[in-house]
Amino acid sequence: MVTSSVRARDLGGTPVPDDHQPRPVEDIPARADRLFGVTTTGAGLSVLVLLTLVGLFLLLRSDDAFRLMGGRFFTTSEWRTDTTPVRIGVLGLVVGTVEVALVAVAVAIPLGICAALFITEYSSPRWRGMLTGLVDLLAAIPSLLYGLWGAIVVANQLTPLSKWLADHGGWIPIFRVSGDNPQYQGSIFIAGLIVSLMVLPIIAAITREVFAQTPPGEREAALALGGTRWGMVRMVVLPYGRSGIVGGSMLGLGRALGETIAVTLLLPQAPIINGQILKNGGATVSGFIANSAGVIKGITVSGLMAAGLVLFLMTLLTNMVASVIVNRSRSGVGVEL
Amino acid sequence: MTAVVAPPVAGSEARPAAPVDRPRRRPRELTALDYATMTGCALSSIALNWLIFTRLTDGVGWFGFLVVAYLTFLGLFFVVTADRLGRLVATDRLATVAITSGAAVLAAPLLWLVGYIVVKGLPNLRPNFFTDDQQGITPTQPATDGGGSHALVGTLEQVGLALFMTLPLALATAVFLNETRSRLRRPVRIFVDAMSGLPSIVAGLFIFAVLILPYAGDKGPFGLDVFGFNGFMASLALALVMLPTITRTIEVVLRLVPDGLREASLATGASRARTVWSVVLPTARSGMATAIILGIARAVGETAPLLFTAFGYDLINGDPFSRPQESLPLYVYRFIRLPNATARARGFTGALVLIVVVLTLFAVARIVGRDRTANRSRRRRRTARATGTALEPLEPQEPLFS
Repeated sequence: MVTSSVRARDLGGTPVPDDHQPRPVEDIPARADRLFGVTTTGAGLSVLVLLTLVGLFLLLRSDDAFRLMGGRFFTTSEWRTDTTPVRIGVLGLVVGTVEVALVAVAVAIPLGICAALFITEYSSPRWRGMLTGLVDLLAAIPSLLYGLWGAIVVANQLTPLSKWLADHGGWIPIFRVSGDNPQYQGSIFIAGLIVSLMVLPIIAAITREVFAQTPPGEREAALALGGTRWGMVRMVVLPYGRSGIVGGSMLGLGRALGETIAVTLLLPQAPIINGQILKNGGATVSGFIANSAGVIKGITVSGLMAAGLVLFLMTLLTNMVASVIVNRSRSGVGVEL
Repeated sequence: MTAVVAPPVAGSEARPAAPVDRPRRRPRELTALDYATMTGCALSSIALNWLIFTRLTDGVGWFGFLVVAYLTFLGLFFVVTADRLGRLVATDRLATVAITSGAAVLAAPLLWLVGYIVVKGLPNLRPNFFTDDQQGITPTQPATDGGGSHALVGTLEQVGLALFMTLPLALATAVFLNETRSRLRRPVRIFVDAMSGLPSIVAGLFIFAVLILPYAGDKGPFGLDVFGFNGFMASLALALVMLPTITRTIEVVLRLVPDGLREASLATGASRARTVWSVVLPTARSGMATAIILGIARAVGETAPLLFTAFGYDLINGDPFSRPQESLPLYVYRFIRLPNATARARGFTGALVLIVVVLTLFAVARIVGRDRTANRSRRRRRTARATGTALEPLEPQEPLFS
């Protein structure tokens, strides 16, 4: 609702005398309006309250784990409840989560930008609608089905590629695989590839909105100077949308960090630090929690709550930073996240 | 790049008619020669990589082969075009080909996934899937025995309850964000954004921590057994997941309502509440239907929040307020993790039903979203007939999905 007060002078009407005092206008809301204001404000605040409650209760219930492990909870990578003393920690899970998310984002960014550029710059209207629908559809498929398909089909199909990369590209640190007869299924690489399909829609959606807001004048100026279409994209559209690309990628990273069921099915979920992304092994916070569902007593529950709290804070931080980056930029004002 | 024909100088007489026999120049488009170049480059790239990977080194798998062949193709295409037309044009063509193919390749995983689930699920789908539960079914019985009616009932109840709880709250929040001038709008918007990034497992964990864990093993306060694993808890977790989705979609729809309508209503002396209730919301009605459908589609496929709340159960349980309950995604998840082949086959059947439900909801949402302008013009005609006024041209309206 935009209400603007335009003074008569600005419109070139009768000049207003200098000692003119504007007539005081009182806004006394009707009773219905007061009720309306209270109801809507209450609803808006409930979102704030809910999110705060989530953090608070996770903290409350994770008390036991933090009391037992103290700061070592963040530096322990094992999760052993059968030993005395119990050794549980979140480090192995966090490392796995970040690895999967980074692989996912690294694959999804170029593809997402391609899709966004195709939609805004290259396609005819007909293809534009089809591709937008396609990207939305990728977002609509449940995570469970991605996981199912990835774990049973894609993992097998990608094994030769992983093996080849390990055999011939092993001198590159991220492709190194050690050990005799390594297993290539259930690896962080494959989990990351599947998760990339799930974060791609959000990256494509944000970058698309930002690219679409490029001022037509700047676009046309680049073309009028004789630039090719790619020249225009590189010199005008991409620089203009840079912060949208960064923000969208961070938002995608946030989604990838929280991705649950697909990763539960794709990784063995044994909490160890696995630096070799092509090799079987690894766990993520969300996947490990999902795998442990059904435990209702003891230190494990408290540990799961603590892990959940860590995940909650990680995703919250990533998303907030992403919102700030997008909203502060020239191109991102008014973009829906 | 081909030279651009100079436009007629300003002030000169009428533009001369283009000669009929000269084809129009389209400097951006790919020519037949470009397509021929592409085909040639693709063939030579495949041949080269076939030589490298199957003759000179051990295999890389078809996926790796495609990736490498594609990259080789791009390289060859660039070199050939640069030789023919110069580097500037070659870079432009390369970008066009790379961006177009990068976008087109997105269809492949989608088709592959849907095709795989249909092929695996269809052979075991019988009508009894919709009428039977897993009563008396042993792992050795064929996958066509028994069904998922308990899962369908659970999904229906959980999503329905979640929607029932979410919708008023989401509507009020969206109205708060778009129709009021409160100073709190900014923080609330940030929190709604943050909430839509909330991992769904955390939503389930939260409900578990607050409402289930304290009463584990015994009756809750006042002897109620609501505080345990059951469908209602699942719907609470799902409501947390749906709330930001529905809120934001409704907000976008409300923003599309022209300000003129609001101002007209306020100018006639209506209160803000009346304006929202009688003008804004009815105008945005079909868009809100889209928002609801999208929210349902999101919630129907969620598995993670249910693991800690509904928990899953093999028999039909029509009461969402007590005892564990199955749902469609939980059915798939629980069967697919079992080792034997028939159990997995049951899981795939469930997955097929799930994907059909999700795709149907998606298609309905798009149709409803697209029909907005049609509805609008029908309503306008009706109003015009009733009031005897002439139709005035509408300002162009942004479609909900572009």
